[in-house]
Amino acid sequence: MTPVRLLDRPRPDGRALGRGAGTTAGGRGGRWQLVLLLFAALLPARPGLAQSPDQQFLAALGELREASFPDKAAIVDRLSRDNHPSVRPVLTAFLEDRLYTRLSDQKIFLAKSGDDTLTSLELIDPVTLQDAGAGAPNDLTKISTNNGLRRVLRTAIARFALSSPDSSVRLDAVKEMMRAIDEPSLALLRERIGVETDPAVKAEIETGLALAALDGGDPQSRLEAIAALAHRRRAEVRNRLAVLFEPSPDGSFAESDPAVRSAAAAAVRTIDQARAFYSGVETLFFGLSLGSVLVLVAIGLAITFGVMGVINMAHGELMMLGAYTTYVVQLAMPKHIEASILVAIPAAFLVAGVAGVILERTIIRFLYGRPLETLLATFGVSLMLQQLVRSVFSANNRSVETPAWMSGTLQVNEVLSITFNRLYIVVFTVMVFVILQLVLKRTRLGLDIRAVSQNRAMARAMGIRSEWVDAMTFGLGSGIAGVAGVALSQLTNVGPNLGQAYIIDSFMVVVFGGVGNLWGTLIGGMSMGVVNKLLEPYAGAVLAKILVLVALILFIQRRPRGLFPQTGRAAESAS
Amino acid sequence: MSSSQPRGLLWSDDRGGTVFLGLLAAVAILVPLLNQAVPASSPLHLSTYVLTLLGKYLCYMMLAIAVDLIWGYAGILSLGHAAFFALGGYGMGMYLMRQIGTRGVYGDPVLPDFMVFLNWTKLPWFWLGFNHFWFALLMMALVPASLAFVFGWLAFRSRVTGVYLSIMTQALSYALMLAFFRNDMGFGGNNGFTDFKELLGFDLQSDRTRVVLLVATAIALGASYRACRLIVSSRAGRVLRAIRDAESRTRFLGYRVESYKLWVFVISAVIAGVAGALYVPQVGIINPSEFAPINSIEVVIWVAMGGRGTLYGAAAGAILVNYAKTYLTGALPEAWLYVLGAMFVLVTVFLPRGLMGLMTAEARAK
Repeated sequence: MTPVRLLDRPRPDGRALGRGAGTTAGGRGGRWQLVLLLFAALLPARPGLAQSPDQQFLAALGELREASFPDKAAIVDRLSRDNHPSVRPVLTAFLEDRLYTRLSDQKIFLAKSGDDTLTSLELIDPVTLQDAGAGAPNDLTKISTNNGLRRVLRTAIARFALSSPDSSVRLDAVKEMMRAIDEPSLALLRERIGVETDPAVKAEIETGLALAALDGGDPQSRLEAIAALAHRRRAEVRNRLAVLFEPSPDGSFAESDPAVRSAAAAAVRTIDQARAFYSGVETLFFGLSLGSVLVLVAIGLAITFGVMGVINMAHGELMMLGAYTTYVVQLAMPKHIEASILVAIPAAFLVAGVAGVILERTIIRFLYGRPLETLLATFGVSLMLQQLVRSVFSANNRSVETPAWMSGTLQVNEVLSITFNRLYIVVFTVMVFVILQLVLKRTRLGLDIRAVSQNRAMARAMGIRSEWVDAMTFGLGSGIAGVAGVALSQLTNVGPNLGQAYIIDSFMVVVFGGVGNLWGTLIGGMSMGVVNKLLEPYAGAVLAKILVLVALILFIQRRPRGLFPQTGRAAESAS
Repeated sequence: MSSSQPRGLLWSDDRGGTVFLGLLAAVAILVPLLNQAVPASSPLHLSTYVLTLLGKYLCYMMLAIAVDLIWGYAGILSLGHAAFFALGGYGMGMYLMRQIGTRGVYGDPVLPDFMVFLNWTKLPWFWLGFNHFWFALLMMALVPASLAFVFGWLAFRSRVTGVYLSIMTQALSYALMLAFFRNDMGFGGNNGFTDFKELLGFDLQSDRTRVVLLVATAIALGASYRACRLIVSSRAGRVLRAIRDAESRTRFLGYRVESYKLWVFVISAVIAGVAGALYVPQVGIINPSEFAPINSIEVVIWVAMGGRGTLYGAAAGAILVNYAKTYLTGALPEAWLYVLGAMFVLVTVFLPRGLMGLMTAEARAK
């Protein structure tokens, strides 16, 4: 260790050592100060002590001008241990051939581009990293590199990334190094593993070291490496291990030791089991998210069809209105896309709910007790709503933006990742379900709704305005359809045919779950989604959907009242 | 109409049917004459376009009668009858595809073009026999009938009724549509069948063949009407009406409700299938969109518009709505869905017995 290196090194908190000297005692800092004081005493005339870190940094850079390639490598190594904030960009520029000396004043600059054919280069000051005007190419000399120096530079930059305070930067650096692992980077990783605290980064480094250990060493170290790798889940690790025990065409093995081979085979089995488990979890999650969509599109119908017995074929178009409301809300607040969804949910509830109340008051109330006629009339309404949307918004699909917080993935482990929009749809469905249950079970409106659906005449005798309750119930179911439309706007195209695509599914969910039973709708929709996703790998998406539909048709023949049939007086009057 | 006539007689089953059959006969005689015998320069000449359009309408009327038979008389609202129509059409389409022979783009003597395109080397088993017209004819009736039998047997036995049955039929049709959209089903995927050349050796593009097809359709329509009329005026027909009005009571009286419903459902499916089979050579194409649930629902509105439970009313509704559709989609394409939607709403809310009901009511009032 040279005195210079020590003196150049500021403390981790960024304060220069010289200034902090003597102010604290004990611990690591105290030890450093002792050493410093010792050197300060030994070398009182050393000018470096008086220099600021910037000046020292510039001085080190200046040495690059006339140094030989081995000297340059030494300077780079020294710089890389300096904690000056500009070191990393400067070294990166050096690696990319963007480091220049200005001939007129022998100052070092970074260029924004390494392209020598430009008539003028935009320069950056190496210390402040601010723009430093432009320079003519003939006034600038590039500080050259060769292969050996570039390797040193890469390692130095990787070390920087490895010691970054941001653990995700460290993780990326390890992954980058593992792509082409060599001796210097291995040395760097070994050095790092001792001080690494983040478990994810530590595991990544261990994987890298273990993978490297498979290539050489004694059988014992290879066995240890395999034991460490057996806990990893990644496909590259599995394939790397599989190479060890799979015979090549001429019958020889990549791994000579049979014990290591059998350990590798066992490790691959462990990994495969874990991967199968997580892919099962993933399928289940996909199924639940598809099921959530089904529940969401069906739950409004569970109110209007299930509780009121109204066949509303315009249900899909009420969802479409909700989706278009999202679009309009985004048009109205283009600067706040992030918040637009939160505004769109109540807006869509209102738009679709009001449309539902109008529909109920003007058409459906004349048709109570005539379900087939209701079906036809509401189908007519659905056609008119589709055409209305075509006339207002054109027949083309409208693009609804996805807020940034809804995109992206949640990496659970190496195998299992969950996209946020799928996760949110599950959460959203559960929220809608819970709120709906609370409304039905805990509010005055819910009490009225249940009373009217169970015994209309008695409810009227008790003073409940059954007509008003009908309108409100229908409005509630329609509003929920609008809310479902907001969710659909994030999943599919928003166009005039959006509703049609879901109408059959939503009726099937309600009938399957058992009419008049919200829990049945939830369980029915979720199980339909899961079964669909379970079948998909074997049958393909379309055939899986057909199989589910046919299975449902057959199921309804066996149990015409669905999974959870309504019992008691209400069931008889509903039929 | 004359008020001197006894009340109800003019629009009694017999008379309405007679008028309908008379009009049908007039079409079957006049159209060939006007198209073939009248020279093209004469204003009375019937163009190929109108000829094809009339043929199409006749097929739709047959489909409407099939739906009215079960909805108007047995109270079974099928929202999947277009599926039977399309299955019949696919049966005819398969025969016509086999007739193309070496005249296809790829010139394969056995395989239709789309199979060559998919690199299939031999005909799937379910295509065998479709080179014979009699076999294809049998299948056009048998396939819809078997589907209706299996579905109806399952549904009526477990007493799936009313709205539930409607939704099930709709799901069935939807599932079939998805299935026929798949290329590996062996039915041409979403392109379906088209580019037909000839039927029984007659060129499908010639007016003469078209006239013959129209007359055949008119005869089939008349025969279907008579067959349905026979059923509904028989004793079984009265049982069906009893089921429509009070299913449980009919069952308690000792009638096997499910058998009556099943057989009338199967017969209706066969009529729909034959209508589809006659439709395909006249329009020259069949593809999976014929299975679309909206098509089935449109048929129901034809019947509701004309007046259900009259048979001829259904036929009248079919031609009225389709004429309006042809006219409006040409003249005011924006307005068509508004009109169709409004028709659904107005007819169900204000005209529960359709236009025929309106006329009967007027006749009664006088």
